[in-house]
Amino acid sequence: MGMGSDMYRQQILDHYKSPRNYGELEDPTFTHVGENPMCGDEIQMDVKLEDDEETIKHVAFSGDGCAISQASASMLSGKLAGKTIDELLEMDRDDIVDMLGVEISPMRIKCAVLAEKVAQDGAKIYRGELDKSKTSTED
Amino acid sequence: MSQRNVGTLDIERIRSDFPILEREFDDQQVVYLDNAATTQTPDPVIDAMSDYYRYTNSNVHRGIHHLSQEASEAYERAHDRVAEFIGASGGREEVIFTKNTTESENLVAYSWGLNELGPGDEVVLTEMEHHASLVTWQQIAHETGAEVKYIQIDEDGRLDMDHARECITDDTAILSAVHVSNTLGTVNPVAKLTEIAHKHGALSFIDGAQAVPNRPVDVEEIDADFYAFSGHKMAGPTGIGVLYGKKQLLEEMEPYLYGGGMIRKVTFEDSTWADLPWKFEPGTPPIAEAVGLEAAIDYLEEIGMERVQAHEEELAEYAYEQLKAEGDVEIYGPEPGPDRSGLVGFNLESVHAHDLASIMNDHTVAVRAGDHCTQPLHDKLGVAASARASFYVYNTREEIDKLIDAIDDARQLFA
Repeated sequence: MGMGSDMYRQQILDHYKSPRNYGELEDPTFTHVGENPMCGDEIQMDVKLEDDEETIKHVAFSGDGCAISQASASMLSGKLAGKTIDELLEMDRDDIVDMLGVEISPMRIKCAVLAEKVAQDGAKIYRGELDKSKTSTED
Repeated sequence: MSQRNVGTLDIERIRSDFPILEREFDDQQVVYLDNAATTQTPDPVIDAMSDYYRYTNSNVHRGIHHLSQEASEAYERAHDRVAEFIGASGGREEVIFTKNTTESENLVAYSWGLNELGPGDEVVLTEMEHHASLVTWQQIAHETGAEVKYIQIDEDGRLDMDHARECITDDTAILSAVHVSNTLGTVNPVAKLTEIAHKHGALSFIDGAQAVPNRPVDVEEIDADFYAFSGHKMAGPTGIGVLYGKKQLLEEMEPYLYGGGMIRKVTFEDSTWADLPWKFEPGTPPIAEAVGLEAAIDYLEEIGMERVQAHEEELAEYAYEQLKAEGDVEIYGPEPGPDRSGLVGFNLESVHAHDLASIMNDHTVAVRAGDHCTQPLHDKLGVAASARASFYVYNTREEIDKLIDAIDDARQLFA
């Protein structure tokens, strides 16, 4: 079997079928929506910071998408709690691939990094480093 | 036109012309069902292009040497061959070679649209337009102050012809419609649409990218003012598209791109334009691709366009029935019949189209997943993406069975 079924290991399917932190936060510090125009998927990431305005307290996500983008959002939302904004902004696609624990085919990498990209863009907008209402994996 | 019973194709012989179909990934032979995106290229087309580069290559309309003369003749003759193939009685003067269907749309939108459209004018499109025409006319309308209207589709994925009659009015300047939808497979009544447009003094542009490859097309029977298609979707090469236009209209239009080869006389102050079709073909054109396109037409006509159509319709019908029997597959577009082409768009309940395509790729089944350059239509269908299987002369029922196996596998994985 090729790369595809490897992509759908139990962990991915589990997060897809029972996503963690799915929904919207009641009082997020910031919230951001981004899309992957290649497949039309849209994801919203809500982030609540601690009082230090640096440390991430909660993350929730919402939106529909493929198994890869949804599982990635679900796993990322758990992983980010306790991290700082700087640590979020330092993450790159290798971190996401490591987190997913499977090989991601080149055509699907944008699905995998959608949640990370949306969270990072939301953080940049929150810090005033980016001025955009909606961002995309094509940016 | 044709009766259904036009004889089956010698698939084995046809497949032997396409070495790519022998390719294997992970010890599984490729099942290529992405023909609406691009078709595979048979040996005679590849050979024609190789021979051109090996023995004839030269620039056209420049040198007076032997090679340039041969290259020029081959390039010009390809125009005649295309004209004959689509029933353009005006010959080469009505056939412009572009890069692809999209460029053909842009040529008319810029050359004719920018000059002729203004506030109060209407451009009528269909809800099933490809972005090639939708985005192009939308943006030209923004630029000129014209208004864009969309003919709605009904729940079966056919055009609502009553709504078409409402949309097309005396204010309509041009109608641009797909002949065959790349997402729904619907074959539109483009001759009827053109007749309605003409009654109101409007022009008709037909996007035939998904029609010319798989059915006999006669532009004069449709009475289209413009008709566009691409080489790479009809067993030909990438990098070449066709714009057919009625001679009188093309003569009146200004060039779209300027440069060498499209001029008659140039001074430091001004220039005049070459005759049709060269006026619209500046710079060094796609010469080898024109040779390849002619070879592709020869190849298809040797099979016979009516037989190509019958084969595709048969496969589409088989795929439709197999998918329907699955029970949890939503299929888009009309039921099999004369107004349905050889492509099937669908979604498997509970599995995203991209995941489905990845799992199909595990079975080495190549399909398209995404919005197929029809985002507004997908919005209307209420889905972000769909999967699409599309067939050509070399595909078989067994390959559709493999598609179904892959769907069963995906269902199981996501259960």
